[in-house]
Amino acid sequence: MAVNGGQVLALVGENGAGKSTLMNVLGGIHQPSSGEMHLNNEPYAPQNAEDAYNSGVAFIHQELNLFPNLSISENLFINSFPTTKRAGLTLIDRSSTNQKARELLTRVDLKVAPDTRVEDLSTAQQQLVEIAKAMAGKPRIIIFDEPTTALSRHESQALFQLIGDLRSQGIAMIYISHNLGDIMQLADNIAVLRDGTLVSAGPKDQYSMNRLIRDMVGRDLDSYFPARSKKASDQAVWEVRKLKSDRVTNISFKVNECEILGFYGLVGAGRSEMVRAILGLDPVLSGTVRWKDSTYHKFSPAQWIKNGVVYLAEDRREEGLLTGKSIQKNIQLASFPRYLNPLKLVKYAPLDQESKVYADITKINYQNLNRQQVQTLSGGNQQKVVLSRLLMTHPGMLILDEPTKGIDIGARQEIYGLINKLVDQGASAIIISSEIEELLGMCDRIIVMGQGQIYREFSKQEFDKNTILEAALGSGISNMDRGD
Amino acid sequence: MTKSPNIILYLCLVYYLAAALVTPGFFTVNNTWNLLYNLMPLLIVAVGQMLVILTAGIDLSVTAIIAVTSVVGGYIMSADYSPVDSSSLAIALGILGMVITGGIIGLINGISVAKLKMPAFMVTLTGLMFFGGFAVWLTKSQNIYNLPAGLVDMPYTSFLGLPLPIWTGLLVLGLIYLVLNKSLLGEWIYAVGVNPKTSRISGVNVDLTIIMVYMLSGVTAAIGSVLYTARLETGSPVMGQNLLLDVIGAVVIGGTSLFGGKGLLQWTVAGAFFMAMLDNSLNLAGLSYFLIMIVKGVIILSAAMLNVWGERKVIWSA
Repeated sequence: MAVNGGQVLALVGENGAGKSTLMNVLGGIHQPSSGEMHLNNEPYAPQNAEDAYNSGVAFIHQELNLFPNLSISENLFINSFPTTKRAGLTLIDRSSTNQKARELLTRVDLKVAPDTRVEDLSTAQQQLVEIAKAMAGKPRIIIFDEPTTALSRHESQALFQLIGDLRSQGIAMIYISHNLGDIMQLADNIAVLRDGTLVSAGPKDQYSMNRLIRDMVGRDLDSYFPARSKKASDQAVWEVRKLKSDRVTNISFKVNECEILGFYGLVGAGRSEMVRAILGLDPVLSGTVRWKDSTYHKFSPAQWIKNGVVYLAEDRREEGLLTGKSIQKNIQLASFPRYLNPLKLVKYAPLDQESKVYADITKINYQNLNRQQVQTLSGGNQQKVVLSRLLMTHPGMLILDEPTKGIDIGARQEIYGLINKLVDQGASAIIISSEIEELLGMCDRIIVMGQGQIYREFSKQEFDKNTILEAALGSGISNMDRGD
Repeated sequence: MTKSPNIILYLCLVYYLAAALVTPGFFTVNNTWNLLYNLMPLLIVAVGQMLVILTAGIDLSVTAIIAVTSVVGGYIMSADYSPVDSSSLAIALGILGMVITGGIIGLINGISVAKLKMPAFMVTLTGLMFFGGFAVWLTKSQNIYNLPAGLVDMPYTSFLGLPLPIWTGLLVLGLIYLVLNKSLLGEWIYAVGVNPKTSRISGVNVDLTIIMVYMLSGVTAAIGSVLYTARLETGSPVMGQNLLLDVIGAVVIGGTSLFGGKGLLQWTVAGAFFMAMLDNSLNLAGLSYFLIMIVKGVIILSAAMLNVWGERKVIWSA
């Protein structure tokens, strides 16, 4: 495998295909057991992350490695502050730090003062800081690991433009992503990994979308979004009326039986904030929710679960998993109250049995349900664990925030299938996604949000990618650079 | 349940054998009873503390709870103050009053942590100061004597061959075992300790869980206080003053993670046993109080280090 200066090599593969391992070897975190690497025709064998950095190999990780409590310039030079000597003491030279920071920020086209604290920036801006930090080391190769998962479409496009600029500056880049659309747009060359081996590699024009998928998965995917057998009824089972919190205003919408409603918008549009308010995770100022025959004024996750409404949070690690606990306990978490004997002790035998049933329904790829810790699973399987937890409560309404974030194609399709099956059986669903294709493929209706409000609703007949994108940009360019 | 091998069980065994060989008078019937008497109240207080630590909290106020409840119990039961004539009624009311007092202080701690979102360390540290001071102020720093004979004889009263303090300990252990391993609350305690956000979203009543563990810690401290009060035959406002190190030490040396979510009842039992054994054997070996403190500090730190190493190995191999 090779990458040349001024080119983008896209590295694709399902979760567990070996992308991260390969990148860890490049970054000096793991040592190869055999084989060699060359950088600029010289052997390259980094012993640790610092070696890699000094050789000009820079990483942009999926999860940002910034200190949110420090300023941009402090983050940029955390390991190499410009210094001055004064009265025999070595001190940090603030003015030249800020000067250098400003130069780097210009290169990544981020128009923010260098003494701004990182936590005050939007995710997209933080990503730019991360790239600027990589630039500070004068890198020859920059490796991007899923850089767009936290970005909205519009912000991703800005990032791609920057990558284009870097390319013209002669920097080589390796770009890892699950988003094949992005890959096709960005890459000069593509390499496909599967089960730890290189399946194919070559210039982009040799690849079609279908070939990419075939190489990654090892088989053809019949249809990306599985079909549903039942049509959505026109009977509204879920109705939000005039919901207001300190992040969203005037939210009213309905969901019908057997219907999937999608929510689209830029990052910060208020979609997640809306469902968090409905769930009772954030305070609600006013508004009601009608679910089936009852109207609710106060909300809490426990009450919703009892009434068949479940929620999958966007941040799987922070709000989805019990890291360090077994897969089984993770699946059971929401169901304990339904398995109590009169003495309020848990009936473990039926509970364990039931959780195994759901682990098999969602096809979790596990070795040992009650001994294997959940974090040993791949991202897609972890998401299936969270889904199993939701399904085990027999929900009538699924509220899913980015249900396929960072998940490979195979697992994605299985998750789509699970959602559709449940909806076919009479449930309803709300899906929030930043991937417009996902919403177009899954939903019966799409609501576009922005600035904490509902902008526009699209029925299935009106589905059109460009119109929906335009609607999301909404009242104009002014809200693109908002600081969140 | 995570089954990471725990060194504390081996440590206990090795230390017990070593002490039996080296320390004269350790491996005798008399001293074994002595050891068990010392163990019981510590054990009871420590398992309550463990519940709190499992939720990633801490209860520093336990020793103050012991002091306050000892004083409250003393006032209710002592012939000098008691409003009740019948001594058995006084004992029953006394114990009830102690447990209720412990529960109420725990409730205050729990509400402050869960509802007011205050750091457990701050809440219970100020609780330690407040209630510790309150007990001394209430009694003007005087001990309360003349407790009923029924209470004073309790440690030496046997039922089915075992003294009552040991029955008390077994009863508390049994109940906590049920709570922790078989009940909804137990599942919630572990879940909240691992990840309160995930727990809340999954329908766990996080606030109630936190309030419950502080209440249980208050109640177990009160029960421990009953045993101490009976054994020392006084209601004392400085009861348990030097106990905090032993209580938290027993939990931590037992391998319960201070970050929450990880720990087993049997580990804490072993930890408490180890602490009691340490005290007992070092005493027999004729070490001064201060030397004993030094040795204990070193041993607790080493055990904590071993636990950290153990956890790291688990992460690396994953």
